[in-house]
Amino acid sequence: MSEGQGARAAQMQITQVRPHEILREHLQARSASLTLHDHASMEAVVRAVFSTLHGDLTGNETSLLAEVEELGRTIAAAKAEIAALRVDDITDSHIPSATDELDAIVAHTATATNCILEVCETLDAISAKMDGPDAVLMIDATSRIYEACSFQDITGQRINKVVMTLKTIDDKIAHILNTFSVVPPEPFSEAASDSDTGGLLNGPQLPMVAMGQSEIDKLLASFE
Amino acid sequence: MTIDKSMNILIVDDYKTMLRIIRNLLKQIEFNNVEEASDGTEALMKLRGGQFGLVISDWNMQPMTGLELLQEVRADTRLKHTPFIMITAESKAENVIAAKQAGVSNYIVKPFNAETLKEKIEKVLAHV
Repeated sequence: MSEGQGARAAQMQITQVRPHEILREHLQARSASLTLHDHASMEAVVRAVFSTLHGDLTGNETSLLAEVEELGRTIAAAKAEIAALRVDDITDSHIPSATDELDAIVAHTATATNCILEVCETLDAISAKMDGPDAVLMIDATSRIYEACSFQDITGQRINKVVMTLKTIDDKIAHILNTFSVVPPEPFSEAASDSDTGGLLNGPQLPMVAMGQSEIDKLLASFE
Repeated sequence: MTIDKSMNILIVDDYKTMLRIIRNLLKQIEFNNVEEASDGTEALMKLRGGQFGLVISDWNMQPMTGLELLQEVRADTRLKHTPFIMITAESKAENVIAAKQAGVSNYIVKPFNAETLKEKIEKVLAHV
């Protein structure tokens, strides 16, 4: 190898190695704060690498550079689209409004149920002063109303499950917005996790999958 | 079988409406001495300070759940033999098994009817 060829080979090696070294140094310097979700950090790293790319690029390097540029454009476009959708409205307005509406449903049904119960209690008091089959009929009727009124408890629990789901969606959206650095909103509340509820608080099951009283009786009997 | 209908019954639920419903249903089957608690902690305090022949409790309550209340009752030397019926919307097999393992006397799934409540109370008290 001539002196000129040796110098050119050495220069090519430096050109090929230097970006990796600089990238490594940059990553080491920022290792404490860098995360995969940190878009700004990734962008800074890519820019640092680009700033070191001098001289002729090989075919592979050109292709890689084009892909990285395309990736950068895709991320920027995604950020712009998310911002344009005003996704933060979901966490700031839509979900709080939906949960307030659901809370209002629970409150209104509770008021109505208590009103029905009050009337039933009056009827019970009247039936206590009655004799014969009419009294039995009256007690049977109020008994059925009491049973039906337990819908309020079940409905309340079902609505609470929906509220929890909405809060989970709210947290996920806030996380996505944060990841893409799109106006990072604060989640308005913490969603309850399974560990908060002891792992066994499943709430009411949908009728098609719920165990009925007779199935529960059989299960209990299997222990005896 | 004779059931002492003058016994004190403690009903535990965080839904005031549910307490009212159970109290009225109990009254219709002539159990008139009924006390209420809105969660496991309050129930445990009442149980330790009084004399109750039966506990009817919901599961899903805070800060102490019905299951935790049951475990506390069964671990308490004075209270451990108190009949305990769970009335809950938790109808998964894992819930029923957990309650049984904790020593529940019987288990009623919501929504329930007056006949089921009466039948379970009679069954539980027959074993006392």
